[in-house]
Amino acid sequence: MTPLLEIRDLRIRLGDRALVDGVDISVNPGEIVGLAGESGSGKTLTALTALGFTPPGSAASGEVLFEGRNTLTLPKSQLRALRGDRVAMIFQDPMTSLHPMLTIERQLTEHQLAHRSLTRRQAREHAIELLERVRIPDPHRAIRSYPHRFSGGMRQRIAIASALACEPDLVVADEVTTALDVTVQAGILRLLDELCRDTGMAMLFITHDLAVMNVLTERLYVMREGRVVETGATREVLAAPTHEYTRALIEALPQTDTETA
Amino acid sequence: MLMFVLRRLGASLLLVLGTTIVAFLLTSVLPGDALTARLGERAAANAELVAKLRAELGLDRPIWEQFFIYLGGLVRGDLGLSLQSNRPVTEDLAQFGPASAELALMATVIALVVGGGLGIVAALRNNTWIDNVLRAFSLGGVSVPLFWFALVATSIFSTTLRWFPSSGRLDAGVAAPPHVTGFFTIDALLAGDLPLFGQAFEHLILPALVLSAPMVGLLMRFTRASVLDVVGQEYVRAAEAKGLAPRTVVFGHVLRGALVPVITIVGTAFASLLAGTVLVEQIFAWPGIGSYAYRSATTLDLSAIVGVTIFVALVYIVVNFVTDVLYGAIDPRIRRA
Repeated sequence: MTPLLEIRDLRIRLGDRALVDGVDISVNPGEIVGLAGESGSGKTLTALTALGFTPPGSAASGEVLFEGRNTLTLPKSQLRALRGDRVAMIFQDPMTSLHPMLTIERQLTEHQLAHRSLTRRQAREHAIELLERVRIPDPHRAIRSYPHRFSGGMRQRIAIASALACEPDLVVADEVTTALDVTVQAGILRLLDELCRDTGMAMLFITHDLAVMNVLTERLYVMREGRVVETGATREVLAAPTHEYTRALIEALPQTDTETA
Repeated sequence: MLMFVLRRLGASLLLVLGTTIVAFLLTSVLPGDALTARLGERAAANAELVAKLRAELGLDRPIWEQFFIYLGGLVRGDLGLSLQSNRPVTEDLAQFGPASAELALMATVIALVVGGGLGIVAALRNNTWIDNVLRAFSLGGVSVPLFWFALVATSIFSTTLRWFPSSGRLDAGVAAPPHVTGFFTIDALLAGDLPLFGQAFEHLILPALVLSAPMVGLLMRFTRASVLDVVGQEYVRAAEAKGLAPRTVVFGHVLRGALVPVITIVGTAFASLLAGTVLVEQIFAWPGIGSYAYRSATTLDLSAIVGVTIFVALVYIVVNFVTDVLYGAIDPRIRRA
């Protein structure tokens, strides 16, 4: 099987600092892959290159092949055609990733209208379906209101609905449960799992929380200081970590969580 | 939204009342005798004459009674007689107010387009040479004294290039358009007189340009800072991640988020322009409220002074009200508060 996303020997330098230092990652169609590591390990930077984002002033080398096209060298217009359509992103904090002054409708339809030849009405109807799908109560009403009317968990559901709008092949989820309450986290994880299974989309799931990895992902990469230090099937890596850093991460988990893992 | 507007309106009305009290009291307790100013030194020595005039003007009554008489007049649109023009103050204000408002409004439009536009450019080109040049330019706008700028602008655009006239609202001897709004440009258009509109516009440009200079600088800095702040927000990154066109991201997402602080500045700056046109109106012989206020102050024309004060305060209050409502229209989170 050709991978949907294949990152080969990715290096990102800012000045003389190597932020990402020779990373290889692949995600197959329909697969949920985890990218773990502490903050500053370069995991978010690596994942953002799937959408063609690199930090301003940095130099990136290597290849980031999404459906065979290198996002590092793709012209901006083609990159825009990919973003939001074939590859979507869910951000860490739903309090800041939704525009506070735009209606939910606008935020769920604008990329549909940019990428698809839909009427406003069709896009709106699809948006209502999406809200139903992520279990927002009373979607007809919800679509007319603004983000501040919703709780953090609900906002993250709306952000997920937005990512799903154009039925992407890949979703990059960056620490999407970190800013949420533990009880809300579980619901979001179940929802993501279910959505991936139903739609067949692949997901690159970034988190520092290995317990979450175990629930959701099939395969796992562990990053540290810009390098991948361990990779393999999530279950195996967590059961028998070979790298001491992975072992340290597992030991850092609360005891009850490692037992269920 | 309606409740929000009504609440703001109620607060504005209270403010009007408050300002009137303060303006009235200040002029009543200020040193300087309006009677002397009116009667002249010799007549003021005649006790009988003074008493007569005091009774005529109601100055013999207690201060609170005077205030209620004044307030009663105010509600009916009567601000008293101006000593210098011998006309009702309201008539003077109706004549001079729109002249200044037209000037201030034009200056605001210039500042908004130039300052706002350059501020956006500076923010989007953050830390490039363009940004640096623009920042130096805005510093110049804020720090160069207005009278100097007026002299230079007049000498270049009026005396040397002869592009724009440098005094009055119309050429000498030209009749004003029929009074509708008091804005000569708009009244000329309403009368269908295009050449007159052109002339009024030409006369407006130079003083408006000079008046707008500090505001251009101020607005550029605020817009730049506000846009920079918003560009760093995650929702802008989210908009980019949706694959939206850069134009949509800038105008639909960034500017929308950056607008509230900018509107605050525009509102305050507009009101302070209107109150602070004295200098520019003197230089360009613009018959506006600034010149009127100056004359009233120097002749101790109390009714006119209070009238101008209330007028300016009203402008501030109206502008504040409009800004508040605009906030609510732009930011749904403010509507609830």
